[in-house]
Amino acid sequence: MTPPPTGISDGWPLRDRVGYCAAWGAGLTLIGVAAAIVIYMAYRGTQYFDLGLLLESPNATLNQAQSGGFRDPIVGTAILLVLSTLIAAPLGVTIAVWLTEYGRPRWLARTVESAVEVVAGTPSIVLAMFGLVFFQQQWLGFLTFDAEGGAVLGRSFIAAAAMMSLIALPLVVGATREALNAIPGHVREASYALGKTKAATIRRVLLPAARPGIGTGTALGMGRVAGDTAIVVVLLGATLQILNGGGGSVFGLFRGTGSTLTSYVYYNSPAGEGLAPEKAYFAAFVLLVVVILLNFVVTRIAHGKDPGWTR
Amino acid sequence: MDSLSPPEPPRSEQDVVLGPPPPVRRIVIDRDPTVVAPPAANGNAPQARAGALGLASSLRRPEPSPGPKVERMRTESVSIAYGEKPAVSGVTLPVRQGEVLALIGPSGCGKTTLLRSLNRLVEITPTATRSGRITLDGEDIDRMEVTALRRRVSMVFQQPNPFPMSVFDNVAYALREQGSRRPRKDALYNHVGDALVRAGLWDEVGATLDHPALRLSGGQQQRLCIARALAARPEVLLLDEPCSALDPRSTQVIEELILKLRDEVAVVIVTHNMQQALRIADHVGFMYLGELVEYAPAEQLFGTPRQPRTREYVAGAFG
Repeated sequence: MTPPPTGISDGWPLRDRVGYCAAWGAGLTLIGVAAAIVIYMAYRGTQYFDLGLLLESPNATLNQAQSGGFRDPIVGTAILLVLSTLIAAPLGVTIAVWLTEYGRPRWLARTVESAVEVVAGTPSIVLAMFGLVFFQQQWLGFLTFDAEGGAVLGRSFIAAAAMMSLIALPLVVGATREALNAIPGHVREASYALGKTKAATIRRVLLPAARPGIGTGTALGMGRVAGDTAIVVVLLGATLQILNGGGGSVFGLFRGTGSTLTSYVYYNSPAGEGLAPEKAYFAAFVLLVVVILLNFVVTRIAHGKDPGWTR
Repeated sequence: MDSLSPPEPPRSEQDVVLGPPPPVRRIVIDRDPTVVAPPAANGNAPQARAGALGLASSLRRPEPSPGPKVERMRTESVSIAYGEKPAVSGVTLPVRQGEVLALIGPSGCGKTTLLRSLNRLVEITPTATRSGRITLDGEDIDRMEVTALRRRVSMVFQQPNPFPMSVFDNVAYALREQGSRRPRKDALYNHVGDALVRAGLWDEVGATLDHPALRLSGGQQQRLCIARALAARPEVLLLDEPCSALDPRSTQVIEELILKLRDEVAVVIVTHNMQQALRIADHVGFMYLGELVEYAPAEQLFGTPRQPRTREYVAGAFG
């Protein structure tokens, strides 16, 4: 058997030639764009390369020698990632399990699906505004940073993480559902046929089998959380340094405000207040590396995805 | 089509079952089924009346089990429907320990549905309804706790379906409390080993119990599923076309295993493969359109079927 012809050949109609070139062109353009982003950010970022910056706290000053580094934004990004994952992953897995394994009554399952889609489609700035309204309620004041005199500002790591988790949630739900749906029905039946209950089957067979899917969804969600700016700007406040909100060292930290790499870049970039554009480039480069690493983790997890069921 | 090993000496002389694979001969049953002439050399002479197919005389038959035949399960006028559509109508059938019962029939005749009703797995289908009585050791299975019933009436499926965990944990899963990890590994070691020995898998996996089960070959996976089903010491073993996804060699190994197991558990096997039914079954039930058309000892059902529909089916006229 001769292999199908590759490459453009004389017999092709014009339309196909144009399409063929467009496909090549689109692919090459995308490679070019991706390479340009990475190379330019690496170039600008490393121009100001200084490992000390990673460990120094930032200061709001026009004097670049004293404006410090971005230790607080890095810690802030980590706190947000951990908090929002702690909310999104269990919630998302539970929703996915309910949808795939129970899903009754039907109308309720369809409503839950639509709700997940609505959350997935909501722009993060809208989520941020909603979060602000929500957490500014007086009775939720214990979760957020409050001004002197007790005014509830509705800003804290907790508030930001809660809204950030909504960004990650649909990705966790989607990837987990996909993994659960990929498990053949006879595997569930085999567990029931051993006298196991549905709950035991979910816990011991289905969830372990879906673990790569859960990991993929969680890592994708973390990438989105690390990269989001709007929620941080609105719900974490404009403080560069982490401020303890009071109420204990850990809880106070979560109640407090701070910054993340995204908000640091935003405030320091030429488009923002433009205090330290060089540092903004370096911070942006660090952020890019973090997100690329998270994507790398996703690919590694997804790699071992198919356990090799017999269908 | 299936590949069959040639007639062999009686089973008692054949003490080593795992040797080099025997030469394989193919029988194309729906075209010219009578071409296989029984070789006279080993005393397996053609019978006076070779039956509709000549199958009964041309294939090796298991020696009947010397042990006692004890009735473990019984269906009484069992009918099952999926919504409005009847799948099984009025089947009365005994299931005995010490022998293998094979259910044969064309696709969609209700044999798998009947099998799945024996451990109430049919109840998973939301639209399924059942009437009639099924008993296990005289007790109505509807009155039993379903998880307890399924530990006593175990099942192996058409597709090998080990769980995505180690070989050990697959077998231990059947022994442990619902969702828990107890009892611990060392407490279960003997039971797991015993189940793997009974399923004829110990020699192959005994040294690598912590390896993932999904890396085993298809035949090994299916024997692992049998070990898993045997682990809780069930009284009845249901097999739903257990060999249809396997190669002839693995099929042979599993058939040998089924014959060994029939003294410990009552075995019910659903099969599309009439030669397989003849090779391993003591009794055969032929189902057609949800009815049990004929239930008889295997030689009789294949050799001298009483019902015209059975005769036509075993002759390959339809199905």
